[in-house]
Amino acid sequence: MSTIEVKNLSVDFQTPKQTISAVKNVSFKVEAGEIFGIVGLSGAGKSTLVRTLNLLQQPTEGQILIDGKEITGLKGAELRKVRQKIGMIFQHFNLIENRTIFQNIEFSLKASGYPKEKRQERIDELLSLVDLRDKKDAYPNNLSGGQKQRVGIARALANNPEILLCDEATSALDVETTEEILKILEKINREMGLTIIFITHELEVAKRLFHRMAVMENGLIVELGNTFDIFANPQKEITRKLVGRFFNLAIPEEMTPTLANGKLLELRYQGGHTLDPLISEVSKTYDVFISIIHGKIEYIRNDMIGILLVYVTGSESQLEQAVQKLEQNVYSLRDLRQ
Amino acid sequence: MEETIEILQQYLLSSLVDTFYMVSVATVIGVLFGTIIGLGLFLTNHEYFYKQPLINQISGFIVNAIRSLPFLILLVVLLVPITWLIKDPYTPTGGAIALSIAAIPFYARIAEGAFSEVNAGVIEAAVAAGGNTALIVKDVLIPESLPALIRGVVLTIISLLGYSAMVGTIGAGGIGDLAIQFGYNRYETGVLIAVIVILVIIVQLIQWAGDRLANHFVK
Repeated sequence: MSTIEVKNLSVDFQTPKQTISAVKNVSFKVEAGEIFGIVGLSGAGKSTLVRTLNLLQQPTEGQILIDGKEITGLKGAELRKVRQKIGMIFQHFNLIENRTIFQNIEFSLKASGYPKEKRQERIDELLSLVDLRDKKDAYPNNLSGGQKQRVGIARALANNPEILLCDEATSALDVETTEEILKILEKINREMGLTIIFITHELEVAKRLFHRMAVMENGLIVELGNTFDIFANPQKEITRKLVGRFFNLAIPEEMTPTLANGKLLELRYQGGHTLDPLISEVSKTYDVFISIIHGKIEYIRNDMIGILLVYVTGSESQLEQAVQKLEQNVYSLRDLRQ
Repeated sequence: MEETIEILQQYLLSSLVDTFYMVSVATVIGVLFGTIIGLGLFLTNHEYFYKQPLINQISGFIVNAIRSLPFLILLVVLLVPITWLIKDPYTPTGGAIALSIAAIPFYARIAEGAFSEVNAGVIEAAVAAGGNTALIVKDVLIPESLPALIRGVVLTIISLLGYSAMVGTIGAGGIGDLAIQFGYNRYETGVLIAVIVILVIIVQLIQWAGDRLANHFVK
């Protein structure tokens, strides 16, 4: 179990014309055994950031500490030793195409000087873990994307790392395969206590996997917190945009003229609130009509967020009271016309 | 016709042996040293390995300088040093040395290109796994670039076959020499045609075998 801490990290790229700051003074700490996510749009600097964590990218400034020990500045054999204890998987898997699955995993073992006579056994063990024992002698090009990523995971785990870096590891996979990979990651996190740092632009992955997450924009971490809190109470503009797009409750423009007379409300309920009796109760108590326009329930890890778009019509005074009643009984209420 | 057959019977085999000797020596030396230089050029230009812009640029300049000479001129320039080395440059060995000097930078650029074509992500993964440079070269760079390296060897052999005809013109022997001496100087069109046919067949065979071998290493 390892912690990883980043202190005031910056990465600049020099081009002949200008200096581009890809990562700007970023600090955060990932606890041992945690699954920590970094989300952001492409170009936000998250890939550069994750690549500094095993010094594939040298930071311009700042420190990276693993279990309190600084690794920035390490070179040669010492650096390789640290890298052997940090597994990494990639969006495009990055397997050696002209080598078998066995040889691909063996590479990591060779890198760490793992005894030759024990390699066979270790590779079988790793392939069992990702359920690919029968593909030992196959070549990467004969595997599906999901299988390739499983080989990637097996290779990353070869030297019993304590930290696993995932760089958009599911972004090239379809929904079902993504789920399959996430299950494996959860399993190794749970059973081996691996600390996982996962970079993605997919909020589907974030809500499903991350314990805590950071949101990056323009090289800065703009928001950091529990995954549920980020989804439930996004603070910054970019986070709202990302989360909003994820919940995707936009109303088609053609519909808006037909909703011109009453109020268009977004109700959110999360935690203890339940909604169904509330809608019928309000429509019975007050002289209003409530139509449900759009709705969605999302499970963020073990908690739930529900969003409902309703259109309420009635006389002004009744409407006002109805809205008040609704507001008291949901997590938040937003008038979409304001 | 009879004369043509007589000439071919007398000289063809020995000419082929000379050409084979010159081209194979130059190919082996060219590929061996070319791969090493190409690897050096690649590694000194790569951030994960030994990035040394100065060394890279100087070696790149030397490689380009040799490559920029037309082979015939390189041959003339090399006559003096080859004479120091083996006394008589107008022999198949003299030709082989000249061809080798041309082959090294030629193949160095091919090898550098083949290494550069290796998927950067695969190299990154190997570095991230904590492999040292020797291991990455042996287990990642070479296997991933092998098909391109083999195609480069084919290209080199075929180019050297062409250059070997020029070596023939200065009297170092070989099948090109045969074509010039008899086919051109003595108007033996039959000899010329025979040499052309043989060259076409050889080149086709080399290309065919090379492609098969290269494809064998593509998985």
